[in-house]
Amino acid sequence: MVDVTGLLPAVTVVIPLLAAVMILVSGRHENIRDGFTVAAAVAMLVSVVAMLPSILSGERITISLIPLLPGGDLALRVDAFGMVFALTAAVLWLLNSFYSIGYMRSLKEHAQTRFFFCLAVAIAAAIGIAFSANLVTLLVFYEILTIITYPLVVHVETPEAMAAGRKYLAYLLIGGIFFLAAVILTYILTGTTGFVPGGFLAGSAPPLTLQILFVLFMVGFVKAAWMPLHGWLPAAMVAPTPVSAFLHAVAVVTAGVFGIVRIAGWVYGMDLLASLGLGTLLAVIASFTIITASLFALTEDNLKRRLAYSTVSQLSYILLGVSMLSIAGMTGAMAHIPIHAFLKITLFFVAGAVIVAAGRERISDMKGIGRKMPVTAVMFSAAAIGICGLPPLSGLISKVYLALGAVEGGVPILLIVLIASTVLNAAYFFPIIHTMLLGRPDDERSLDSVSEPPLTMLVPIVLTTVASVLIFFFPSMPFMDLVEIAIGEITGSVIP
Amino acid sequence: MIEHLPVLLVTVPIVAALLILLLGWHDSRFCYPLTLATILFQFAGGIALLIEVMREGTIRYYLGGWAPPLGIEFVIDTFNGYILPIVLLLALATAVYARRSVEKEIKPEKIVSFYVLFQLLVTGLVGMTITGDIFNLYVFLEISSIAAYTLIASSRKPRAYVAALNYLVLGSIAGGFVLLGIGNLYVATGTLNMADLARLLPASYGLATVHTAFLLLVIGFSIKVALFPLHLWLPDAYTEAPSAVTVLISTVMAKVSVYAMFRVIFSVFTTAYFVETVPVTELILFIAAVAIVAGAVLAIAQEDLKRMLAYSSVSQVGYIVFALGVANQIALEGGLLHILGHAVMKGCLFMVAGVIIYRLGTSSFSDLKGVAATMPVTCAAFALAGASMIGVPPTIGFASKYYLVLGALEAGHWVYAAVLLAGSLLAVGYIWRFIEVAYFSASSHHEGGDHHPAPGVREAPLSMLVPMVILSILCLVLGIFVDPLMKIVAPAVSLLLGGA
Repeated sequence: MVDVTGLLPAVTVVIPLLAAVMILVSGRHENIRDGFTVAAAVAMLVSVVAMLPSILSGERITISLIPLLPGGDLALRVDAFGMVFALTAAVLWLLNSFYSIGYMRSLKEHAQTRFFFCLAVAIAAAIGIAFSANLVTLLVFYEILTIITYPLVVHVETPEAMAAGRKYLAYLLIGGIFFLAAVILTYILTGTTGFVPGGFLAGSAPPLTLQILFVLFMVGFVKAAWMPLHGWLPAAMVAPTPVSAFLHAVAVVTAGVFGIVRIAGWVYGMDLLASLGLGTLLAVIASFTIITASLFALTEDNLKRRLAYSTVSQLSYILLGVSMLSIAGMTGAMAHIPIHAFLKITLFFVAGAVIVAAGRERISDMKGIGRKMPVTAVMFSAAAIGICGLPPLSGLISKVYLALGAVEGGVPILLIVLIASTVLNAAYFFPIIHTMLLGRPDDERSLDSVSEPPLTMLVPIVLTTVASVLIFFFPSMPFMDLVEIAIGEITGSVIP
Repeated sequence: MIEHLPVLLVTVPIVAALLILLLGWHDSRFCYPLTLATILFQFAGGIALLIEVMREGTIRYYLGGWAPPLGIEFVIDTFNGYILPIVLLLALATAVYARRSVEKEIKPEKIVSFYVLFQLLVTGLVGMTITGDIFNLYVFLEISSIAAYTLIASSRKPRAYVAALNYLVLGSIAGGFVLLGIGNLYVATGTLNMADLARLLPASYGLATVHTAFLLLVIGFSIKVALFPLHLWLPDAYTEAPSAVTVLISTVMAKVSVYAMFRVIFSVFTTAYFVETVPVTELILFIAAVAIVAGAVLAIAQEDLKRMLAYSSVSQVGYIVFALGVANQIALEGGLLHILGHAVMKGCLFMVAGVIIYRLGTSSFSDLKGVAATMPVTCAAFALAGASMIGVPPTIGFASKYYLVLGALEAGHWVYAAVLLAGSLLAVGYIWRFIEVAYFSASSHHEGGDHHPAPGVREAPLSMLVPMVILSILCLVLGIFVDPLMKIVAPAVSLLLGGA
């Protein structure tokens, strides 16, 4: 591992911020404004990809921007794990940009300038989280992400949306306070907050203090939507679908689980977590969430809400992987971040496409919709199959590693959780596939006006699905390679 | 010239105030540029003094060449060197802002006296900040207070008279406490010079006279800074005063009172007395914590923007006094940072309230629906300063919160640190009231429709907009460049803790 200094990490964060300003300035001219969104998304992706070769060769790119507070400068460091998140976010952000433009224009949504401004700042914050070199920087971007996504959540401004927005803020800001407390406590205990592969907390305080600190961090990363602190995520479903896609796949929940993995691998270290018995705590939380959220999903008729519970459940796969405290488990956890993001964004894209093309949100209203929207429905089916962990989609990869981790770690009960969850996934996804593709509408003519969504929406749907298939066939390019480097960093060993 | 700067900062404006009166009599259009020029001079002088202090160390200026303890001296060290530019920056911003606001909120025949009193208020506060003599401090305190009472009463609103009277009574009681406290100190030591007091007092730390003096001074200043539950004058005074006056007293005057409190506690009595001889830190912490929570809860309950901001000040003063209660280096750094941070953000927020009153004639939440659509810049300024109030990184509000919690935890005050963090969440409760109403409610003039401008409502005039936007941007800039700021704050705190 070599640290090299480079400007690119900062550039990557600044690009969408500049775009945000330009979006505000050019708000009156729709095409110019949306041009800035797309241009920034492309530029950001290029900037992230430009860093890829040096990260893959084992370098880390660092830059310290300014001294900020005791405990940490505002500093960025791109390592392999950060790259996993950043690359996922950058690719999906580009696709989501096209999709958002198509969606917002099709529905003639109001306040579009505010919408695209907030999205641009939010993606900057997400990249900042991915590249944070220490806890203070992570906290700064994490809180920015919370605040700037609020206008997106309440976009429709109905009383229901406002209530959801309050819930969203309440959960995430209270979480933020816990995170702040955890950061300050970490600084008091160790005098530093910089991430160190393998952790730096060992021996700094009595076990009880470190256990409490871990709980503070867990509550802090409430964005990971683990149960019972998941309530904000289904509530936030009132937002326009591109926002849901952004929350569920591109940035927000991903930031939560990313943070927990970061804490596990770079603040505590797996050995310390094991000796504190925190793996068990995580395993209990994760298992409970996986099963319960799947059961909730079964009962939801609203497609977006069912997907939301699916996300809650899937995110805990990542926590489950961490809880195994084994190399295979950690690998599965890290790999599941991009894999889940790519699959889930397809599902949300489709949910939004159905709203735009057919104006329907309830699954029971979608009977036979696949006849009029064949491509959309097939892509949905493919992604759903992927989430269930079936080939030939990427979901299988992380699941295999997680199963391996369960066996390796000698906790076969986690294997049962995985199997039960797969069955439940199938139970709540297959009926949707069945309804869409094979169902008969109650009134044949009601589908007459339905057709495929505009190309700006259809193309991203196809591309994300194709990406999930490609990840299955070529897993090492580049996600598994990055995960391998990250695992090597924190454990000193190679993945099996 | 430069060595006489301290005294010029006080004398020039007094002459200027007289000039404003005379020329203003002739033509009231002279008032504004004269006020602006004077405060600009003072601001430049304040900056120059700060640079001088950072380079050369403490400046002592003997008034009329009379050495203390006989004469009065002005002392500028890192602490008031830091406070002075804050005071004058806010005074300058308010002065720029005041013209249009005053035209609307004050009767034309009172405009001249407004500028005269404005000038006297600022000058009184500058005097309080730089004087090294405790009796002189009291004199300047009264000058600024009397100016403030009159300014509050100058509003067109009838309730302003009641608010001003209320403040006058409580302010005079506070002044009485301070004066009695000073008397006791004089009895105990025979000097009024603060540096002398700090040197002579330790010998009499056991005396009841000294304890009484301490108590009287702390209570007196607690009323002036509106520390809960001695804040009763504040909500009415802030709400009823003309907007420009609210901005000035809520930022500059409140901060100088806090400065005076810190100065007396640390530089006259020293940490040793305050922490060891009379162990009141626990009590102060408790009161501060109550103030933070109670002020915020009261703020959440308000239905009027200006009144809500007034109660928010009660809560925010708690943060600064909290630092006093913890009394270690890091917490006090947070406290001093918050003096700056709160002045900047509350100044901005009250300016927003003033602009809204200027355009809409009201600041009641029920009338502000969808106002962001017509006044986007104003509301954006509010959002940014409000985020700072909540303590969202990377604003200045976050930095001071971070230092305060860090200091509290280092001192082992776990519970109080938790209260502070919870209190910052309560700030979300009141800041978000406005955000929701302004941004996410359809305008009351066009029920159910998209955001359409209410008829006749436009963005504020430039002279009000510019200072407001600058302050709001400062919330962010200061938060990001907080480290250079600490190079001034840290020595100031060391100085306070070191006694002297």
